[in-house]
Amino acid sequence: MHEWSLAEAIISAVFSIVERENLREVKEVHLRLGELQQIEVDILKFALLQMKTGKLSNAKFTVRTARAKFKCRACNHIWTFREMKIPSDIKESIHFIPEVAHAYIKCPECGSPDFDVIQGRGLWITSVKGVK
Amino acid sequence: MYDPRISIIEKRLKKIGKVIAVSSGKGGVGKSLFASALALALTKKGFRTGLFDIDFTSPTTHIVLGAANLSPRESKGLIPPKIYGLKYMSLVFYIGNRSIPLRGADLSNVLVEMLATTLWGNLNFLVIDMPPGMSDLLLDVIKYVSKTHFLIVTTPSKMAFETVRRLMNLLRDLKVPILGVIENMKMDDSNYVEREVKSLGEKFLGEIHFDSGLEKALGDIKSLLKTSFMSEIEEAILAKNPEITS
Repeated sequence: MHEWSLAEAIISAVFSIVERENLREVKEVHLRLGELQQIEVDILKFALLQMKTGKLSNAKFTVRTARAKFKCRACNHIWTFREMKIPSDIKESIHFIPEVAHAYIKCPECGSPDFDVIQGRGLWITSVKGVK
Repeated sequence: MYDPRISIIEKRLKKIGKVIAVSSGKGGVGKSLFASALALALTKKGFRTGLFDIDFTSPTTHIVLGAANLSPRESKGLIPPKIYGLKYMSLVFYIGNRSIPLRGADLSNVLVEMLATTLWGNLNFLVIDMPPGMSDLLLDVIKYVSKTHFLIVTTPSKMAFETVRRLMNLLRDLKVPILGVIENMKMDDSNYVEREVKSLGEKFLGEIHFDSGLEKALGDIKSLLKTSFMSEIEEAILAKNPEITS
C-alpha cells in the first residue's frame, strides 16, 4: 500500500500549490506516473478520493502512465522495463524504491549495470487547474 | 512538473526532536560504527531513537546491529523495524548484499523516496549515518532535513582531519549547526585534532580509543554494549557533552 503514502504526498503538494497560486478551488489535478514504481492506479485514485478535502473536494485526478525505459551508459542500448522478466519479490523492492532497479537490472546487450532510467521513474504532478 | 514527495517530508519528520547526522570528510574513520553505537547509547538512556543509514551504495550499519534479516512493515508508508528498541531503516532491506551503482541524481531520489515514505513516528533523536564526503546526499540532507545537527567523526590522522576541515568549512558556509568533532581510533597522546578543532572555533567533543575487541562484537548488540568503545561513547562523549542530547 505504498500508494497511500504517495497519495498523501500528492494531496500535500496540491495544497501547497493552492496556497502559492491563491486558488479558491481545485478542479483538476494531472499526474504522470512512471511505470517503474508499479503503482496500482486504482488504489492510488481511491486513496486520493479518501484524502481530498476542503479546496480539493471537487478535484478530479487524472493519471497518465509513462513506460519505463532504460539506456545503457556503456553501449547506448535502450530497453524497456516491460520486456524484462523480473521475479515478483524484486519487483516489490523496485516498487518501494525505484532506484533499487540498479541492483538487479543489467543491460540486456552488454551486461553493464551502468544505465540511466530515461523515462518512467516516478510520480509527478504535471498540472493543477483551479479557480482563483 | 512538481515532485509531490518533497512536500510531505517535513510532515514525516515533524515528530522527531533532533536529527544528528554523523559525518566525515572521508571513509574509514568509524562513522557507521559510531552512528550505530550512538543510536544504541541513546536508546539505552531511554530516548526514543531511530537510525537511518543513508550510505546507500555501501551500507554497513546492519552488520553492526545484526539487522540484515529484518524488514520494514508496510502500512500507508514504511514502518521501520525495531532492534533493541531502536527504529532502523536502511536500503539494505531492499538490495541485500547486491552492489548498487548509483549516480548523483539517483542517490537524491533514493533519499527523497525514503524520507517521503518512512513513518518514523515520535522520536527524540534520529541518527543519520551519512556517506563520506560532500556530495549530493550531504547537500540533500541539509536541504530537506531542516533539524539536522552535524556530528563529525575523524581519526587522529592528518589526512582524515584535512577532509574534516573542508567539511566543517562547508557546513559553516551553509550555516548548518555543528555539534562538534569526535576523534575516533585514538592510539597515542597527540592533541593535534583537539588543537585544530579548537582553532577553527568548533567544539572538540572527545576521543574514543582504538578498541581491538570491537570487531568481535559486531552483529551482537549485547556484546557491543559491553565494549570499551561503547562505554567511551556513553561516559566520555554523551555524559560530558549534554548539548548532544539537549
